[in-house]
Amino acid sequence: MPIPDSPLLSLTGIRKVFPGCIANDAIDLDVQPGEIHALLGENGAGKSTLVKIIYGVLRPDQGDIHWNGDLVQIANPAQAREFGIGMVFQHFSLFEALTTLENVALALPREDHDKLRARLVETADAYGLALQPDRHVHELSMGERQRIEIVRCLLQDPQLLILDEPTSVLTPQETETLFETLRKLAAERRAILYISHKLEEVRSLCDKATILRNGRRVDDCIPSAETARSLAEKMIGKRVESVRKRATTQQGNIGLQVSSLTTHSHQPHGMDLSDIDFAVRGGEILGIAGIAGNGQIELMDALSGETGAPLGGTIEILGTDATHLNPNERRDLGAVFVPEERIGQAAVADMTLVENSFLTASTRMKFSPNGLIDWNAVGSFADNIVRDFDVRTTGVSALASSLSGGNLQKFIVGREMLQEPQLLIVSQPTWGVDAGAAAAIHEEIQRLVSAGAAVLVISQDLDEIFLLSDRIAVISQGTLSSATPANDVTPEDIGLLMGVRHTQQEKTKYAAA
Amino acid sequence: MLRLEPRSTQSLSAAWLSPMLALVLTAVTGGIIFLAMGKDPATALYIYFVEPLTSSSGLSEVAVKAGPLVLIGIGLSFGFRAGIWNIGAEGQYIAGAIAGGGLAVFWYESTSAFLLPAMLLTGILGGMAWAAIPALLKTRFNANEILVSLMLVYVAELLLVHLVQGPWRNPMGWGFPGTRVFPDAATMPLLFTGKRVHLGTVLTLAVPFIAWFLLARTRFGFRIKLFGSAPLAARHAGVQSNRIIWQSLLIGGGLAGLAGVIEAAGTIGQLMPDISPGYGFTAIIVAFLGRLHPVGVLLAGIAIAVTYIGGESAQISAGLPKAVTGLFQGIILFYLLTFDLFTRYKIVLPSRQTVQQ
Repeated sequence: MPIPDSPLLSLTGIRKVFPGCIANDAIDLDVQPGEIHALLGENGAGKSTLVKIIYGVLRPDQGDIHWNGDLVQIANPAQAREFGIGMVFQHFSLFEALTTLENVALALPREDHDKLRARLVETADAYGLALQPDRHVHELSMGERQRIEIVRCLLQDPQLLILDEPTSVLTPQETETLFETLRKLAAERRAILYISHKLEEVRSLCDKATILRNGRRVDDCIPSAETARSLAEKMIGKRVESVRKRATTQQGNIGLQVSSLTTHSHQPHGMDLSDIDFAVRGGEILGIAGIAGNGQIELMDALSGETGAPLGGTIEILGTDATHLNPNERRDLGAVFVPEERIGQAAVADMTLVENSFLTASTRMKFSPNGLIDWNAVGSFADNIVRDFDVRTTGVSALASSLSGGNLQKFIVGREMLQEPQLLIVSQPTWGVDAGAAAAIHEEIQRLVSAGAAVLVISQDLDEIFLLSDRIAVISQGTLSSATPANDVTPEDIGLLMGVRHTQQEKTKYAAA
Repeated sequence: MLRLEPRSTQSLSAAWLSPMLALVLTAVTGGIIFLAMGKDPATALYIYFVEPLTSSSGLSEVAVKAGPLVLIGIGLSFGFRAGIWNIGAEGQYIAGAIAGGGLAVFWYESTSAFLLPAMLLTGILGGMAWAAIPALLKTRFNANEILVSLMLVYVAELLLVHLVQGPWRNPMGWGFPGTRVFPDAATMPLLFTGKRVHLGTVLTLAVPFIAWFLLARTRFGFRIKLFGSAPLAARHAGVQSNRIIWQSLLIGGGLAGLAGVIEAAGTIGQLMPDISPGYGFTAIIVAFLGRLHPVGVLLAGIAIAVTYIGGESAQISAGLPKAVTGLFQGIILFYLLTFDLFTRYKIVLPSRQTVQQ
């Protein structure tokens, strides 16, 4: 344990407001030299905003930053680096076509190439960061790329190193190597600010933890003295017991049956889905909880059919095998989809609400039976959406980009609901939506279920999951836990299932227990 | 460093004003160039931009030149809207002329009324076949359609030269490169005696309106626009990208091929090495000058045709070099792209608050 002396970095009363949300409020944080300090919190808790303030990317609206006891203003990242603050971002900023050495040289333009090569190798060796200076970045693994970023920081001799979710792209072995490096750095009395939501990692690595929730600091603790459960509790907080507006109705036929679904992600930072099994019946809501980037987008794409047939497994929609069907054929079976991405996927910014109505409703509403579009019919359908779902707009000829986030989401949800689906699959239904619109959207989802439809809700918002779901499953690292009745679990139980890989044996064991 | 920032709003009038401004500034720049060449700018500009429109033969020539530009430009505008960059319309034009003109070469004594329609059809198919190559390579191997379509232009040009100097050469042509002159049954009827404007020009006029109908009223047109402006939303709406790639390249190729065969059967009356003064490339300018809108492309095609005809008469009566035509077309595109940039972006001066990353 480091000797508590004057802190290297001290934040007091940090506040940062973005339009529509308070990202940080009254945050105090002390980081001692030689300390590995965890910043723990859910998505949207304000961790990234806070470190961006420390690294000079953002400026606080209120509050003071003391560095080595002096009151300082950090205007930009260059200045932060001069102070001795280094940061490794979650998404790397490396040029793939250049070599390791060239990438490092770009950050230190005044340095002589040969000298730099010597220092690079020396530094890399000293901290156990195996690197080959002349290999091109595009042939390197994520772990190797991260090492370049770390070495690039270390060459500037930082007193404080900030790592944003560093293990999210690493294999377990690479993670272990990273931890050894970090411990070596701490032994040299360098401080490390470690951002994570992975409880076990924080417990094994960090000396101290500051826990953020809803932009506020809620607790400080020594992670090794806590259990994963107690950390999860602090991170997630006491949930308001939500009053369910809907008694579980009698279960109908199976609306969606997914068996052994396995996919390979098309995206560079994507997550492969592995062996996913679940079913949703008519008249029930299945909630899939989980932290962003654990396969939610890939699951949504696989279910809507947008990324083609999966590698393995089957998807049945309302009793018909839909594994190889395209999105519109799945819509014809009775399914509708609300993806997470509103602008650019669920709606087109520079198209009118009428055109956006045609976008997904053309199949089920038969707006173009022989290829000709009946724009009058689409127009009155759009009018209905605006009226029934209280979309605030100047009219259906308004561009989608002119709507506020909440209104656009009401429009999108309304567009899908008015198609009278038997299966609704919705991702992040109320992300970034104001409270009024969120309540309206929740109410509509409940009404649809009461009418007998099957609903799958994928959400990172645990409150929402508990408010809506009859059963809850957790997606983590591309695997899905078995679903349990919502009344039998607490948010803490769910929190524990995040960050774990759900293997088949474990699921069987779970089901047997 | 100055930076460009996207504007939050774009006005519709700016979208139509910028081609107008581009034309005006092209005239101003042209005047300065004429002055520098020692010509009277007013006279030169008059010869260039106004004179072609003052006589019936001038108007006829403008129509003859505008025809292929509009046809190809309309075809290209489908692809450009979908974000499929077919740069090889020149090759598809030549392929259409070869495929359609080939019928006239083989049946050079025919008097059948079906010959001309059959030529138009095979001309379309020829252009489509040429465009099918980049479509196939893009959908199969993700090969860049810009490069493939562009390189195929040179293949088509060489194929044409080979045919008209070798197997298809006119046996009574004293060795000049070129096929037999097409029989009457393979030639577009003239509309007025003594003018070159022909039936093909009238056919061409219908195409912008068909294209407008397709884009505004059909699911196919909606999907083309959707695919170009929001590919993820297109995927969400069940649009298959391969199908759009095929459709937009085939439309572009088909219309370019039609333009080629109409030119061969109408204005020229035979196949020869120089059947195109670069229509396939100029049509790219026409498509953008016309805002990828069918009616806009029609107007832009006429405007660019004027510069061709004006360029010809400027050579004859004012002794200006032929290169001035290409210069004018380049200047128009330059100004158009510049104004486009400023309708979408504004210049921001650097400030101390700028976040560096």
